[in-house]
Amino acid sequence: MSYEVIDARGLLCPLPVIKAQNKAKQLQPGDTLEIICTDPGAQHDIPAWCRIHGHKVIEIQQDEESDDFSVIVEI
Amino acid sequence: MSIRKAVALISGGLDSMLAAKVILDQGVQVEGLNFYTGFCHSGHTSAIRSSQRNKEKRNDALWVAEQLGIKLHIIDSVEEYKDVLTNPQFGYGKNLNPCLDCKVFMVKKAKQWMDENGFDFIITGEVIGQRPKSQRKINMPLVSQRSGADDRLLRPLCAKNLPISLPEREGWVNREKLFDFKGRDRNPQFELAEQLGIESYAQPAGGCCVLTDENYSRKLADMWQNRGEKKYELDDIILLKVGRHLRPRPHFKMIIGRDEGENKFLEGYRKRFQHFRITSHTGPLILIEGKLLDDDLNFAARIAARFSAGRLADEVTVTLTSLQGETLQLQVNPLPVAEIQQGWYL
Repeated sequence: MSYEVIDARGLLCPLPVIKAQNKAKQLQPGDTLEIICTDPGAQHDIPAWCRIHGHKVIEIQQDEESDDFSVIVEI
Repeated sequence: MSIRKAVALISGGLDSMLAAKVILDQGVQVEGLNFYTGFCHSGHTSAIRSSQRNKEKRNDALWVAEQLGIKLHIIDSVEEYKDVLTNPQFGYGKNLNPCLDCKVFMVKKAKQWMDENGFDFIITGEVIGQRPKSQRKINMPLVSQRSGADDRLLRPLCAKNLPISLPEREGWVNREKLFDFKGRDRNPQFELAEQLGIESYAQPAGGCCVLTDENYSRKLADMWQNRGEKKYELDDIILLKVGRHLRPRPHFKMIIGRDEGENKFLEGYRKRFQHFRITSHTGPLILIEGKLLDDDLNFAARIAARFSAGRLADEVTVTLTSLQGETLQLQVNPLPVAEIQQGWYL
Protein backbone atom coordinates (compact mmCIF):
# COMPACT_ATOMS: atom_id res chain seq x y z
CA MET A 1 0.00 0.00 0.00
CA SER A 2 1.50 3.33 -0.94
CA TYR A 3 1.09 6.73 0.71
CA GLU A 4 1.17 9.67 -1.68
CA VAL A 5 1.10 13.38 -0.86
CA ILE A 6 -0.12 16.17 -3.12
CA ASP A 7 0.58 19.83 -2.40
CA ALA A 8 -2.49 21.82 -3.45
CA ARG A 9 -1.77 24.85 -1.25
CA GLY A 10 -2.69 28.15 -2.86
CA LEU A 11 -4.95 26.45 -5.38
CA LEU A 12 -8.60 27.37 -5.54
CA CYS A 13 -11.31 24.78 -6.03
CA PRO A 14 -11.78 22.74 -8.07
CA LEU A 15 -8.02 22.50 -8.74
CA PRO A 16 -7.29 20.47 -5.56
CA VAL A 17 -9.99 18.00 -6.65
CA ILE A 18 -8.52 17.81 -10.16
CA LYS A 19 -5.06 17.12 -8.71
CA ALA A 20 -6.47 14.40 -6.44
CA GLN A 21 -8.50 12.89 -9.28
CA ASN A 22 -5.52 12.74 -11.62
CA LYS A 23 -3.25 11.24 -8.95
CA ALA A 24 -5.88 8.69 -7.96
CA LYS A 25 -5.77 7.24 -11.48
CA GLN A 26 -2.20 6.09 -10.76
CA LEU A 27 -3.07 4.52 -7.39
CA GLN A 28 -4.53 1.18 -6.37
CA PRO A 29 -7.52 0.50 -4.11
CA GLY A 30 -6.31 0.65 -0.52
CA ASP A 31 -3.58 3.22 -1.24
CA THR A 32 -3.65 6.46 0.74
CA LEU A 33 -3.62 9.95 -0.73
CA GLU A 34 -3.00 13.07 1.35
CA ILE A 35 -3.97 16.37 -0.25
CA ILE A 36 -2.59 19.49 1.49
CA CYS A 37 -4.90 22.44 0.79
CA THR A 38 -5.61 26.02 1.78
CA ASP A 39 -8.94 26.71 0.02
CA PRO A 40 -11.71 25.99 2.56
CA GLY A 41 -13.89 24.82 -0.34
CA ALA A 42 -11.71 21.72 -0.63
CA GLN A 43 -13.04 20.51 2.73
CA HIS A 44 -16.38 20.06 0.98
CA ASP A 45 -15.33 19.27 -2.57
CA ILE A 46 -12.81 16.51 -1.89
CA PRO A 47 -15.24 14.54 0.33
CA ALA A 48 -17.94 15.01 -2.36
CA TRP A 49 -15.55 13.71 -5.00
CA CYS A 50 -14.74 10.74 -2.71
CA ARG A 51 -18.41 9.89 -2.21
CA ILE A 52 -19.01 9.93 -5.97
CA HIS A 53 -16.04 7.73 -6.79
CA GLY A 54 -16.20 5.36 -3.84
CA HIS A 55 -13.10 6.61 -2.03
CA LYS A 56 -13.06 7.09 1.74
CA VAL A 57 -12.06 10.22 3.65
CA ILE A 58 -10.04 8.97 6.60
CA GLU A 59 -9.67 12.36 8.25
CA ILE A 60 -9.17 16.08 7.74
CA GLN A 61 -6.22 17.43 9.75
CA GLN A 62 -6.00 21.18 10.39
CA ASP A 63 -2.50 22.62 10.78
CA GLU A 64 -2.38 24.51 14.07
CA GLU A 65 -0.03 27.24 12.90
CA SER A 66 -1.39 28.05 9.46
CA ASP A 67 -4.45 27.81 7.23
CA ASP A 68 -3.14 24.57 5.75
CA PHE A 69 -5.16 21.43 6.19
CA SER A 70 -4.76 17.91 4.90
CA VAL A 71 -7.52 15.71 3.55
CA ILE A 72 -6.45 12.09 3.88
CA VAL A 73 -8.20 9.71 1.54
CA GLU A 74 -8.19 5.96 1.14
CA ILE A 75 -8.51 5.09 -2.54
CA MET B 1 -28.00 -6.24 -25.29
CA SER B 2 -25.11 -4.62 -23.43
CA ILE B 3 -25.79 -1.46 -21.44
CA ARG B 4 -25.00 1.64 -23.48
CA LYS B 5 -22.81 4.32 -21.98
CA ALA B 6 -23.26 8.08 -22.31
CA VAL B 7 -20.98 10.87 -21.24
CA ALA B 8 -22.88 13.94 -20.04
CA LEU B 9 -21.60 17.51 -19.98
CA ILE B 10 -22.39 18.64 -16.44
CA SER B 11 -22.20 22.37 -15.76
CA GLY B 12 -23.77 22.22 -12.32
CA GLY B 13 -26.94 23.94 -13.53
CA LEU B 14 -30.42 22.53 -13.96
CA ASP B 15 -30.54 21.79 -17.69
CA SER B 16 -27.54 19.47 -17.85
CA MET B 17 -28.77 17.79 -14.66
CA LEU B 18 -32.18 17.12 -16.25
CA ALA B 19 -30.63 15.86 -19.49
CA ALA B 20 -28.47 13.37 -17.60
CA LYS B 21 -31.37 12.27 -15.39
CA VAL B 22 -33.66 11.67 -18.37
CA ILE B 23 -31.08 9.40 -20.01
CA LEU B 24 -30.20 7.65 -16.75
CA ASP B 25 -33.89 6.84 -16.32
CA GLN B 26 -33.83 5.09 -19.69
CA GLY B 27 -31.34 2.57 -18.31
CA VAL B 28 -28.23 4.08 -19.89
CA GLN B 29 -24.99 4.22 -17.86
CA VAL B 30 -24.05 7.89 -17.53
CA GLU B 31 -20.86 9.53 -16.33
CA GLY B 32 -20.34 13.30 -16.20
CA LEU B 33 -17.65 15.62 -17.50
CA ASN B 34 -17.08 19.10 -16.19
CA PHE B 35 -14.58 21.52 -17.68
CA TYR B 36 -12.54 23.86 -15.51
CA THR B 37 -11.59 26.94 -17.50
CA GLY B 38 -11.04 29.40 -14.63
CA PHE B 39 -14.12 31.40 -15.58
CA CYS B 40 -16.66 29.70 -13.33
CA HIS B 41 -18.15 32.28 -11.03
CA SER B 42 -19.33 30.55 -7.92
CA GLY B 43 -16.45 28.54 -6.54
CA HIS B 44 -13.73 31.14 -6.30
CA THR B 45 -15.75 34.09 -5.17
CA SER B 46 -17.46 32.20 -2.37
CA ALA B 47 -14.05 30.95 -1.27
CA ILE B 48 -12.58 34.44 -1.26
CA ARG B 49 -15.17 36.95 -0.08
CA SER B 50 -15.88 37.23 3.64
CA SER B 51 -19.48 38.23 2.99
CA GLN B 52 -20.04 34.85 1.36
CA ARG B 53 -18.27 32.86 4.06
CA ASN B 54 -21.55 31.47 5.35
CA LYS B 55 -22.60 30.27 1.92
CA GLU B 56 -22.23 26.58 1.32
CA LYS B 57 -18.92 26.13 -0.48
CA ARG B 58 -20.04 23.42 -2.76
CA ASN B 59 -18.94 22.68 -6.28
CA ASP B 60 -22.22 22.54 -8.17
CA ALA B 61 -21.07 19.98 -10.72
CA LEU B 62 -19.91 17.59 -7.98
CA TRP B 63 -23.15 18.20 -6.13
CA VAL B 64 -25.23 17.41 -9.23
CA ALA B 65 -23.26 14.23 -9.85
CA GLU B 66 -23.84 13.12 -6.29
CA GLN B 67 -27.56 13.80 -6.55
CA LEU B 68 -27.73 11.76 -9.74
CA GLY B 69 -25.48 9.01 -8.40
CA ILE B 70 -23.03 9.27 -11.31
CA LYS B 71 -19.28 9.65 -11.51
CA LEU B 72 -17.94 13.07 -12.47
CA HIS B 73 -14.61 13.77 -14.11
CA ILE B 74 -13.34 17.34 -13.93
CA ILE B 75 -11.10 18.26 -16.82
CA ASP B 76 -8.47 20.95 -16.35
CA SER B 77 -8.94 22.97 -19.54
CA VAL B 78 -7.24 26.19 -18.46
CA GLU B 79 -4.43 26.06 -21.03
CA GLU B 80 -6.47 24.84 -23.99
CA TYR B 81 -9.23 27.30 -23.25
CA LYS B 82 -6.94 30.27 -23.83
CA ASP B 83 -7.17 29.81 -27.57
CA VAL B 84 -10.97 29.45 -27.39
CA LEU B 85 -11.29 32.76 -25.60
CA THR B 86 -8.64 34.81 -27.33
CA ASN B 87 -9.29 33.60 -30.85
CA PRO B 88 -12.95 32.60 -31.17
CA GLN B 89 -13.81 31.53 -34.67
CA PHE B 90 -17.46 32.46 -34.20
CA GLY B 91 -16.82 35.64 -32.24
CA TYR B 92 -18.13 36.82 -28.90
CA GLY B 93 -21.64 37.20 -27.56
CA LYS B 94 -22.91 40.32 -25.84
CA ASN B 95 -19.79 40.42 -23.66
CA LEU B 96 -16.53 38.47 -23.98
CA ASN B 97 -18.39 35.16 -23.96
CA PRO B 98 -17.31 32.94 -26.85
CA CYS B 99 -20.33 30.68 -26.28
CA LEU B 100 -20.42 28.90 -29.61
CA ASP B 101 -16.68 28.20 -29.72
CA CYS B 102 -16.90 27.13 -26.08
CA LYS B 103 -19.66 24.63 -26.81
CA VAL B 104 -17.76 23.21 -29.79
CA PHE B 105 -14.64 22.94 -27.62
CA MET B 106 -16.40 21.10 -24.81
CA VAL B 107 -18.27 18.69 -27.06
CA LYS B 108 -15.04 18.02 -28.95
CA LYS B 109 -13.26 17.22 -25.68
CA ALA B 110 -16.19 15.03 -24.65
CA LYS B 111 -15.93 13.17 -27.98
CA GLN B 112 -12.26 12.54 -27.31
CA TRP B 113 -13.06 11.32 -23.80
CA MET B 114 -15.86 9.13 -25.15
CA ASP B 115 -13.51 7.46 -27.63
CA GLU B 116 -10.77 6.94 -25.05
CA ASN B 117 -13.13 5.44 -22.48
CA GLY B 118 -15.34 3.28 -24.67
CA PHE B 119 -18.54 5.30 -24.31
CA ASP B 120 -21.24 5.39 -26.97
CA PHE B 121 -22.64 8.90 -27.10
CA ILE B 122 -22.62 12.40 -25.61
CA ILE B 123 -25.48 14.26 -23.96
CA THR B 124 -25.83 17.96 -23.22
CA GLY B 125 -28.53 20.06 -21.58
CA GLU B 126 -28.85 22.36 -24.58
CA VAL B 127 -32.28 23.77 -25.41
CA ILE B 128 -33.00 25.45 -28.73
CA GLY B 129 -33.25 29.19 -28.24
CA GLN B 130 -32.20 29.09 -24.58
CA ARG B 131 -29.01 31.02 -25.23
CA PRO B 132 -28.88 33.74 -27.85
CA LYS B 133 -25.78 32.46 -29.63
CA SER B 134 -24.70 28.92 -28.89
CA GLN B 135 -28.15 27.39 -28.64
CA ARG B 136 -29.78 28.84 -31.76
CA LYS B 137 -31.35 26.14 -33.90
CA ILE B 138 -29.09 27.03 -36.81
CA ASN B 139 -26.03 26.41 -34.64
CA MET B 140 -27.06 23.03 -33.25
CA PRO B 141 -25.80 21.04 -36.28
CA LEU B 142 -22.71 23.24 -36.37
CA VAL B 143 -21.73 22.13 -32.86
CA SER B 144 -22.30 18.47 -33.81
CA GLN B 145 -20.19 18.79 -36.94
CA ARG B 146 -17.35 21.00 -35.72
CA SER B 147 -16.88 18.91 -32.59
CA GLY B 148 -16.73 15.69 -34.58
CA ALA B 149 -19.49 14.22 -32.42
CA ASP B 150 -21.95 14.25 -35.34
CA ASP B 151 -24.99 12.09 -34.65
CA ARG B 152 -23.51 10.78 -31.41
CA LEU B 153 -24.48 14.07 -29.80
CA LEU B 154 -27.91 13.90 -28.18
CA ARG B 155 -29.75 16.82 -26.59
CA PRO B 156 -32.49 15.09 -24.58
CA LEU B 157 -34.34 18.30 -23.66
CA CYS B 158 -34.93 19.38 -27.27
CA ALA B 159 -34.28 16.18 -29.23
CA LYS B 160 -37.77 16.13 -30.73
CA ASN B 161 -37.04 19.44 -32.45
CA LEU B 162 -33.87 18.09 -34.04
CA PRO B 163 -32.97 15.41 -36.57
CA ILE B 164 -32.84 11.91 -35.12
CA SER B 165 -29.51 11.02 -33.55
CA LEU B 166 -27.67 7.70 -33.53
CA PRO B 167 -28.72 6.70 -29.98
CA GLU B 168 -32.35 7.26 -30.94
CA ARG B 169 -32.04 5.49 -34.30
CA GLU B 170 -30.34 2.48 -32.74
CA GLY B 171 -32.92 2.26 -29.97
CA TRP B 172 -30.37 2.93 -27.22
CA VAL B 173 -32.79 5.59 -26.02
CA ASN B 174 -36.48 6.02 -26.69
CA ARG B 175 -37.07 9.25 -28.64
CA GLU B 176 -40.68 9.30 -27.49
CA LYS B 177 -39.49 9.83 -23.93
CA LEU B 178 -37.33 12.81 -24.87
CA PHE B 179 -38.49 16.44 -25.02
CA ASP B 180 -39.18 19.33 -27.37
CA PHE B 181 -38.25 22.30 -25.21
CA LYS B 182 -37.38 25.54 -26.93
CA GLY B 183 -36.99 29.22 -26.14
CA ARG B 184 -36.03 31.10 -23.03
CA ASP B 185 -39.06 30.10 -20.98
CA ARG B 186 -37.70 27.90 -18.21
CA ASN B 187 -41.01 26.68 -16.88
CA PRO B 188 -40.82 23.39 -18.83
CA GLN B 189 -37.50 22.65 -17.10
CA PHE B 190 -38.94 23.53 -13.69
CA GLU B 191 -41.94 21.27 -14.33
CA LEU B 192 -39.72 18.42 -15.48
CA ALA B 193 -37.54 18.85 -12.40
CA GLU B 194 -40.64 18.49 -10.25
CA GLN B 195 -41.78 15.41 -12.14
CA LEU B 196 -38.37 13.83 -11.71
CA GLY B 197 -38.29 14.62 -8.00
CA ILE B 198 -35.46 17.15 -8.32
CA GLU B 199 -36.19 19.70 -5.62
CA SER B 200 -32.93 21.61 -5.40
CA TYR B 201 -30.71 22.92 -8.16
CA ALA B 202 -28.14 25.61 -8.78
CA GLN B 203 -27.99 28.75 -10.87
CA PRO B 204 -29.96 29.36 -14.05
CA ALA B 205 -28.46 28.14 -17.32
CA GLY B 206 -25.36 30.07 -18.35
CA GLY B 207 -25.24 31.87 -15.01
CA CYS B 208 -21.99 30.35 -13.88
CA CYS B 209 -19.65 31.80 -16.50
CA VAL B 210 -18.17 35.18 -15.60
CA LEU B 211 -17.55 35.91 -19.28
CA THR B 212 -21.28 36.58 -19.69
CA ASP B 213 -20.94 39.25 -17.00
CA GLU B 214 -20.57 42.79 -18.32
CA ASN B 215 -18.39 43.99 -15.43
CA TYR B 216 -16.02 41.08 -15.64
CA SER B 217 -15.72 41.38 -19.41
CA ARG B 218 -14.92 45.08 -19.07
CA LYS B 219 -12.05 44.29 -16.70
CA LEU B 220 -10.74 41.60 -19.01
CA ALA B 221 -10.94 43.90 -22.04
CA ASP B 222 -9.09 46.60 -20.07
CA MET B 223 -6.35 44.13 -19.15
CA TRP B 224 -5.84 43.08 -22.75
CA GLN B 225 -5.90 46.64 -24.02
CA ASN B 226 -3.29 47.77 -21.52
CA ARG B 227 -1.03 44.83 -22.16
CA GLY B 228 -1.34 45.33 -25.89
CA GLU B 229 -2.16 41.67 -26.48
CA LYS B 230 -4.92 39.18 -25.77
CA LYS B 231 -3.06 36.91 -23.41
CA TYR B 232 -3.69 35.78 -19.85
CA GLU B 233 -2.60 33.39 -17.15
CA LEU B 234 -4.89 31.71 -14.63
CA ASP B 235 -3.84 34.13 -11.86
CA ASP B 236 -4.80 37.09 -14.06
CA ILE B 237 -8.35 35.93 -14.62
CA ILE B 238 -8.84 34.99 -10.98
CA LEU B 239 -7.56 38.39 -9.83
CA LEU B 240 -10.18 40.02 -12.07
CA LYS B 241 -12.80 38.47 -9.79
CA VAL B 242 -11.28 39.92 -6.63
CA GLY B 243 -11.51 43.44 -5.24
CA ARG B 244 -12.29 46.83 -6.71
CA HIS B 245 -10.32 47.58 -9.84
CA LEU B 246 -9.49 51.23 -10.49
CA ARG B 247 -7.41 52.61 -13.34
CA PRO B 248 -6.68 56.25 -12.41
CA ARG B 249 -3.96 56.55 -15.07
CA PRO B 250 -3.49 54.53 -18.25
CA HIS B 251 -0.22 52.99 -17.04
CA PHE B 252 -1.35 51.60 -13.69
CA LYS B 253 -4.30 49.86 -12.09
CA MET B 254 -5.11 49.49 -8.39
CA ILE B 255 -6.69 46.29 -7.06
CA ILE B 256 -8.28 47.08 -3.70
CA GLY B 257 -9.51 44.37 -1.34
CA ARG B 258 -13.12 44.90 -0.28
CA ASP B 259 -13.16 42.82 2.87
CA GLU B 260 -11.02 40.63 5.08
CA GLY B 261 -11.40 37.60 2.83
CA GLU B 262 -10.25 39.48 -0.26
CA ASN B 263 -7.37 41.14 1.58
CA LYS B 264 -6.22 37.76 2.77
CA PHE B 265 -6.45 36.38 -0.74
CA LEU B 266 -4.54 39.35 -2.21
CA GLU B 267 -1.81 38.80 0.40
CA GLY B 268 -0.86 35.69 -1.55
CA TYR B 269 -0.02 37.87 -4.57
CA ARG B 270 1.76 40.75 -2.82
CA LYS B 271 5.28 39.64 -3.71
CA ARG B 272 4.44 39.81 -7.40
CA PHE B 273 3.15 43.41 -7.28
CA GLN B 274 4.09 46.80 -5.96
CA HIS B 275 1.57 47.27 -3.15
CA PHE B 276 0.24 49.76 -0.67
CA ARG B 277 -0.64 49.19 2.96
CA ILE B 278 -2.30 51.76 5.17
CA THR B 279 -0.10 51.87 8.26
CA SER B 280 -1.72 54.60 10.38
CA HIS B 281 -5.26 53.26 10.11
CA THR B 282 -6.97 50.01 9.23
CA GLY B 283 -7.32 49.59 5.50
CA PRO B 284 -7.10 47.26 2.56
CA LEU B 285 -4.11 45.77 0.86
CA ILE B 286 -3.81 47.41 -2.56
CA LEU B 287 -1.92 45.78 -5.42
CA ILE B 288 -0.57 47.94 -8.24
CA GLU B 289 -0.60 46.43 -11.69
CA GLY B 290 1.63 48.36 -14.05
CA LYS B 291 4.30 50.76 -12.87
CA LEU B 292 3.95 53.77 -10.63
CA LEU B 293 6.12 56.66 -11.81
CA ASP B 294 7.59 59.09 -9.27
CA ASP B 295 4.91 61.62 -10.19
CA ASP B 296 2.19 59.08 -9.40
CA LEU B 297 3.29 58.11 -5.90
CA ASN B 298 1.52 60.81 -3.93
CA PHE B 299 -1.58 60.67 -6.09
CA ALA B 300 -1.92 56.86 -5.85
CA ALA B 301 -1.25 56.93 -2.11
CA ARG B 302 -4.02 59.49 -1.66
CA ILE B 303 -6.42 57.17 -3.50
CA ALA B 304 -5.27 54.26 -1.33
CA ALA B 305 -5.90 56.34 1.81
CA ARG B 306 -9.39 57.11 0.57
CA PHE B 307 -10.29 53.42 0.89
CA SER B 308 -9.01 53.16 4.48
CA ALA B 309 -10.61 53.88 7.84
CA GLY B 310 -8.68 57.17 7.75
CA ARG B 311 -10.54 58.48 4.72
CA LEU B 312 -11.76 61.54 6.64
CA ALA B 313 -8.49 62.15 8.52
CA ASP B 314 -6.16 65.02 7.69
CA GLU B 315 -3.21 62.73 7.27
CA VAL B 316 -2.82 59.01 6.63
CA THR B 317 0.40 57.03 6.49
CA VAL B 318 0.65 54.76 3.48
CA THR B 319 3.52 52.36 2.91
CA LEU B 320 4.54 51.39 -0.59
CA THR B 321 6.48 48.16 -1.03
CA SER B 322 8.40 47.63 -4.23
CA LEU B 323 8.87 44.35 -6.09
CA GLN B 324 12.30 44.14 -4.45
CA GLY B 325 10.75 44.50 -0.98
CA GLU B 326 11.94 48.06 -0.39
CA THR B 327 9.47 50.23 1.49
CA LEU B 328 8.61 53.90 1.23
CA GLN B 329 6.41 55.71 3.72
CA LEU B 330 4.15 58.49 2.50
CA GLN B 331 2.09 60.89 4.60
CA VAL B 332 -0.89 61.93 2.54
CA ASN B 333 -4.21 63.68 2.71
CA PRO B 334 -6.87 61.18 1.47
CA LEU B 335 -8.33 62.11 -1.89
CA PRO B 336 -11.82 63.61 -1.36
CA VAL B 337 -14.58 61.34 -2.57
CA ALA B 338 -15.65 63.90 -5.17
CA GLU B 339 -12.25 63.56 -6.83
CA ILE B 340 -12.51 59.78 -7.26
CA GLN B 341 -13.75 59.64 -10.83
CA GLN B 342 -16.34 57.04 -11.72
CA GLY B 343 -14.49 56.45 -14.96
CA TRP B 344 -11.57 55.00 -12.99
CA TYR B 345 -13.71 52.07 -11.84
CA LEU B 346 -13.43 49.08 -14.15
